[in-house]
Amino acid sequence: MQQIFNFLIRNKNNILFLLLLALSIFFTIQTHSFHKSRFISSANFVTGGIYNWANNFQTYLHLDEYNNRLLEENNQLRNMLTNLNVKDTAVVKNHLDSTSFSGDYYFRSATVINNNYSKIDNYLTINKGEVDGIAPEFGVVTSKGIIGIVDRVNDHFSRVISILNSRSKINAQLSKTNHFGSLVWNGKDPNVVQLVDVPRQAPLEKGDTIITGGRSLIFPKGLPIGSVKDFSLDPTQSYYTINIDLFNDMTNIGYVYIIENVNREEIESLEDIDE
Amino acid sequence: MNPLKTLMSSSIFSNIARFIGLIFLQVLVLNNINFLGYINPYLYFLFILLYPFNSNRSLFLLLAFLLGISIDLFEDSGGIHATACLVTAFIRPQFLRFSFGISYDHQTLRLSATPFGARLSYIFLMVMVHHFILFSLEMFSFSHILLILKKTIFSGIFTIILVFLSLSLFSKKYR
Repeated sequence: MQQIFNFLIRNKNNILFLLLLALSIFFTIQTHSFHKSRFISSANFVTGGIYNWANNFQTYLHLDEYNNRLLEENNQLRNMLTNLNVKDTAVVKNHLDSTSFSGDYYFRSATVINNNYSKIDNYLTINKGEVDGIAPEFGVVTSKGIIGIVDRVNDHFSRVISILNSRSKINAQLSKTNHFGSLVWNGKDPNVVQLVDVPRQAPLEKGDTIITGGRSLIFPKGLPIGSVKDFSLDPTQSYYTINIDLFNDMTNIGYVYIIENVNREEIESLEDIDE
Repeated sequence: MNPLKTLMSSSIFSNIARFIGLIFLQVLVLNNINFLGYINPYLYFLFILLYPFNSNRSLFLLLAFLLGISIDLFEDSGGIHATACLVTAFIRPQFLRFSFGISYDHQTLRLSATPFGARLSYIFLMVMVHHFILFSLEMFSFSHILLILKKTIFSGIFTIILVFLSLSLFSKKYR
């Protein structure tokens, strides 16, 4: 017994090192498995609070740009409003928000208080949480395009998986035709993402618009994403890999909208019946 | 008060201040630089470089882990900074002996009083090992080895420059 204690005391530094190393590698591996990073996240009280505080200063630097974006959006909405005739507005009343999408979606606004884009797996933190009705799997967009999907939520903050994340995979399609693929990121340029698995038959041209596909329960169909920058066939020669210039500037986001699919549970329970 | 005790408590105080100050500097300022898209300096590592050389080893390992995990909390990066800090803190004595030799063995080492070459080799080795572990764990795949090396070298050089700048800025040599 005495010898065991002596051994422990003599090697206490090595043992401490191995223990801590195991713990930190455990945390690392957890973040690399999708939706599993439970312990270490910036959506907690302390880090969220500090980011929120720092963001109060930073917002002032970008006020001009945010105002311009809001003006643009107002302009667009006003144009749409004047083009609607009276008959349509009656129908629109049944929807909670946003006239351009089929199905019922509810929009909330939030501020981005932390934004990463220089790593392989990037996350954002926003200043709305469970108290404000946010839940995981809600979509996050700006007026220009999509940003990501809510991943973890606590009382007042949420963490969003950015589309600039190697584990993000979002359904997207061409706006001209209905050919669709998956939106992924190769980790290089924060303003260029890739659309893969688009069938060869799709008529592609530079500058074509890419929109969300509406095959998931997260984003409504028809939200803008970006325009085609260039494209090439993959090694099997049957699918396109398309580089897309994002409409959003991912390095400067500011304010976002969070989309809730109101009918989600209903649709999910319907889909579960099959299984 | 006993002069030795004053010295001790001032060293503890300055280390605590450095610990907190460097975390804030890192997450609020330096993580937003993104020079050329992906190059960020990791100056918080200065804490591990400067931590008193003859102090309690267990406490140092624990502090290095805490420092790393705090940065991870802010960056949503799991445990990559914690691992990198912990490993470099663990092998620091070997690098100190390699770079400074006899003055480290005799416990008379003061970083500001060492020759420039020895100081550079110590800081270079520590920073490069830290960054290499950091970026390998961030990518987590061997197919990205070129990107890992590129990021290690560029970010490493950036960090080393900032380390030297802050060392000369806060050096206690009065002339």
